[in-house]
Amino acid sequence: MIKRKKKNKQENPFYDPSLKKRHTSAARFKKFTLTSLIFSIAFLAFFLFDIVGKGIPAFSVAYVKVDITFNEKSIEDTRFAVEKEYREVVSRAWLRDIPHLLKENPQLMNTTQNIWVLADDQVDQYLKGHHYKLKEKEITFINELYSKGLIEKKFNTIFFTNGDSKIPEYAGLYSGIIGSILTLIITMLVAFPIGVMTAIYLEEFADDNKFTRFIEININNLAAIPAILFGLLGLAIFINLFGMPRSSPLVGGLTLALMTLPIIIVSSRAALRAVPDNIRQAGYGLGLNKIQVTRDHVLPLAFPGVLTGSILGLSHAMGETAPLIIIGMIAFIPDAPSMVTQAATVMPAQLFTWAGMPEGMYIEKTAAGIMVLLTILISLNTIAIYLRKKFEVKW
Amino acid sequence: MIKNDNKTKIEVKNLNLYYGTNQALFDITANLYENKITALIGPSGCGKSTFLRCINRMNDLIPIVKIDGKIIIDNKNIYDKDVDEVSVRKKIGMVFQQPNPFPKSIYDNVAYAPLKHGIVKKGKECDELVETSLIKSGLWNEVKDKLQQPGTSLSGGQQQRLCIARTIAIKPEVILMDEPTSALDPISTEKIEALMLELKQDYTIITVTHNMQQAARVADYTAFFHLGKLIEYDETQTIFVNPHNKKTEDYITGRFG
Repeated sequence: MIKRKKKNKQENPFYDPSLKKRHTSAARFKKFTLTSLIFSIAFLAFFLFDIVGKGIPAFSVAYVKVDITFNEKSIEDTRFAVEKEYREVVSRAWLRDIPHLLKENPQLMNTTQNIWVLADDQVDQYLKGHHYKLKEKEITFINELYSKGLIEKKFNTIFFTNGDSKIPEYAGLYSGIIGSILTLIITMLVAFPIGVMTAIYLEEFADDNKFTRFIEININNLAAIPAILFGLLGLAIFINLFGMPRSSPLVGGLTLALMTLPIIIVSSRAALRAVPDNIRQAGYGLGLNKIQVTRDHVLPLAFPGVLTGSILGLSHAMGETAPLIIIGMIAFIPDAPSMVTQAATVMPAQLFTWAGMPEGMYIEKTAAGIMVLLTILISLNTIAIYLRKKFEVKW
Repeated sequence: MIKNDNKTKIEVKNLNLYYGTNQALFDITANLYENKITALIGPSGCGKSTFLRCINRMNDLIPIVKIDGKIIIDNKNIYDKDVDEVSVRKKIGMVFQQPNPFPKSIYDNVAYAPLKHGIVKKGKECDELVETSLIKSGLWNEVKDKLQQPGTSLSGGQQQRLCIARTIAIKPEVILMDEPTSALDPISTEKIEALMLELKQDYTIITVTHNMQQAARVADYTAFFHLGKLIEYDETQTIFVNPHNKKTEDYITGRFG
């Protein structure tokens, strides 16, 4: 053994006795890093699998074909619209809507229609094989209907067209989606111009002195402040001081704008700083003034970065719940707002409420809502990447 | 200082420049002549680029710089309070070490500044200016079919000539060049040098160079800087053949620097 080593030494002028040790430690290090990667991918995969698994059933919902009698009696007490044995099978919320339905279709008055109506959430859960609370008698009745093809699972349009409801089968994301859109419009209208202008001032105009450095540090710190504090700030300023309407997309949007501002400022500054200085020099050397150089030469180059940062800030704001809870957007609000001053809720806040509900159907709907939210977030990020590629100037 | 019948374009009087408390230029006095090429030579950090940037007030962009003394161009001290540095730069164009075309089309690179300065109007007038500028910079034949392509798609030497065309387009009287060929290959360098010789018919050119042969080839006058001081300034012939100062001689012959 020793002899061979000696021989090696003589034959190979690059012989390194520590080589084997080095290789093992390098391989070990590589394994460690790879394991971490596998861990994170596994977590992500498990998360997605779980959410999708739970959420998919929510996109279909049970309907039952039943005779509905429309008359004065059924308006007075909507339970009388169906036969007695159907009362536990048909959705109570749907029945309660009968007067509304009659108002829109007066020709239905004093008729009996055999139509598909929304089933009770317990029926739906039973059909999906989830946990249910039904009596033996009801189960046999449902099985009988099912074998006759009078109960069916259909695509759940209610989930997208209804607002929140305390009756699980009637609850939908619509008001949350509209609330989120209005809130984010306010957020962007406020945060984007202020953020970009601040970044331009700090990067292009401000002197590098103690004051600007102090501001810079604070902006960076603001980006890391717990979101709930922004909620308290929004409550104190917008609601208490300015008296803006509580729970409204206006206040929500302004609060989220406070939270998004530092993100936009930091990313816009980074984008502006990445613009090579010789572009500015070239502009000044031609006798252009600061506005011309900044607006026509520096900003177009920084724009993809500014845009990406803003969209990422927007998607961050979209998923934010905590500050909106503080300003009251968590309240039970079944109707979609039509103005920014009306009370509204947002998607994540609605999911938060659903997640706390005991009924099994809310669990599905929470997961489905997360899927919708994730889809929107991923789309936003895709748009960000696309815009970046599109506006990127070839260097 | 130098006895001749050339017309003085730029008169520099007792120019001192400080970066904060650090003095970078010491009491520079010189007359730079119209329609001549003046080369500024000297070792790195000697202040020649700083001096060049004083002439179009580019140093104003650095907040810590303080300048005293006078630079008189057309009987007006450009450091007078009633002179705006942006309008100084409209009359005194600058070409940089690294070719730095704007990330726009070749046409827009040339046309942008003249349009903004109101030298020409959009349309035919502007097209003509772009064409004459590119012809003067010797780039026209190479780019006339691809004016809408980005300026950055050109080669380094072409980019530098595009930058010169861009500078000519604002109709300056003086062109400052800060080591215009140091990032280019010998063939591109040769083209730029030929261009400089042509341009001096119409413009006063001041160039910084590290390339002694280049100074000898193109410059009518040469100024030698060392440690922020103007050591010697004379006709190029005199500087290279018969320098008066020992330091100049040492630098020219390569004994230091």
